[in-house]
Amino acid sequence: MVRVVFAPALQRHVACEPCTVDGASAMQALLQALDGCPAMRGYVLDDQGNLRRHVAVFVDGAMARDRVCLSDAVTSGSEIYVVQALSGG
Amino acid sequence: MANADRIMVGTRKGLFELRRNEGWRVTTRHFLGEPVSMVMVDPRDDTVYAALNLGHFGAKLWRRESGASEWSACGVPVYPPQPEGEHGKSLQLIWSLEAGGPEEPGVLWAGTIPGGLFRSNDKGESWALNVPLWARPERAEWFGGGYDQPGIHSICVDPRDSRHLSIAVSCGGVWQTHDGGNEWAPTCQGMYADYMPPERREDPVVQDPHRMVQCPSDPDTLWVQHHCGIYRSIDGGARWMRVFAQPSSFGFAVAVHPHLPDTTWFVPSVKDECRVPVDDRFVVTRTDDSGASFATLSNGLPEGHAYDLVYRHGLDVDETGECLAMGSTTGALWLTEDGGLHWRCLSAHLPPIYAVRFG
Repeated sequence: MVRVVFAPALQRHVACEPCTVDGASAMQALLQALDGCPAMRGYVLDDQGNLRRHVAVFVDGAMARDRVCLSDAVTSGSEIYVVQALSGG
Repeated sequence: MANADRIMVGTRKGLFELRRNEGWRVTTRHFLGEPVSMVMVDPRDDTVYAALNLGHFGAKLWRRESGASEWSACGVPVYPPQPEGEHGKSLQLIWSLEAGGPEEPGVLWAGTIPGGLFRSNDKGESWALNVPLWARPERAEWFGGGYDQPGIHSICVDPRDSRHLSIAVSCGGVWQTHDGGNEWAPTCQGMYADYMPPERREDPVVQDPHRMVQCPSDPDTLWVQHHCGIYRSIDGGARWMRVFAQPSSFGFAVAVHPHLPDTTWFVPSVKDECRVPVDDRFVVTRTDDSGASFATLSNGLPEGHAYDLVYRHGLDVDETGECLAMGSTTGALWLTEDGGLHWRCLSAHLPPIYAVRFG
């Protein structure tokens, strides 16, 4: 099982508790987590299903290498952390 | 007909509400810290709509019903799945919002970046892309002006016939439909784009109208503040005539008097490459004779070393034609209640202002 956590910057817009899901890749796990919290989906993915440009996904503390497909492998016990990139002023 | 009693101000860091009976002070703040790209007060039912552009998390739309204090989340326009390789064709920004006609309650129109026009039949709960316009082959010629992608910033619903829409695109010209959006045609004859190669300068689909407004009492009169000057049409947009203002014809915003189609206001800047007031003096220009002459209005506006720019949605006129509100990129908000002869600064310290609406 994979734990998916949304950072406080996202929780400010949509409350979404950490959840535990299945999945072999970061994208599979993320999509399952978003299925459980549909209001969060549009904050993380655009309307084409792509990861928003200023959102970053970490898998076990490392930034996902594949931002396009989020194909980074996850295993039982992995944690996915979804954060906002730091930008703007 | 009474003067407007409320101003909604969409800024880079929130939505601000000012009321006449509170001395035109900021009485309420909403979405503090969030960029508000557009605000619209539906004249049919007094519902307020606020479009947010969350830097990290995309475009959102919220609605506040008349008399309510709480906002509720609406749906947002969603682009259909794009063909492989069509990068960037997802919703970037809700740039314009307008109410449908009085006989179609709940109908809204939204102009977006990257160039899609959307319609809602249910007060923003759901949206549908206008496919006939999106499918026009000329759309491939549109390009961004100030943004990476083209966008629809002006939507005029003909008060005589709600099926007649006129929209303006930066950069993609003026387009019209007379059947509610099934068929569209570009209507830019007379416009001239001097930023293009010579052979393309009269091409309708590369024109950059910064803002277009329609006179409610004379809908055949339309005004455009174009990237290359000011244009007026008196035949519903079929032909456009250029007029020349002093001290400059460059700017973004335009407002037309609701009852006097020959009367309009503009906020000039030096030119494309230098978007500051001419001689550092922030002024409004007004014509009462269709652009044959312009008066320079500055009473109550900063006299010198003023570098305010008014974006295309930063100027609004109320239904009397006497009250105008104007907000600038440096966060100053002004009001006139005599058509521009005298201005009053309501605040000099708001965040950069994107949109100002009476209602």
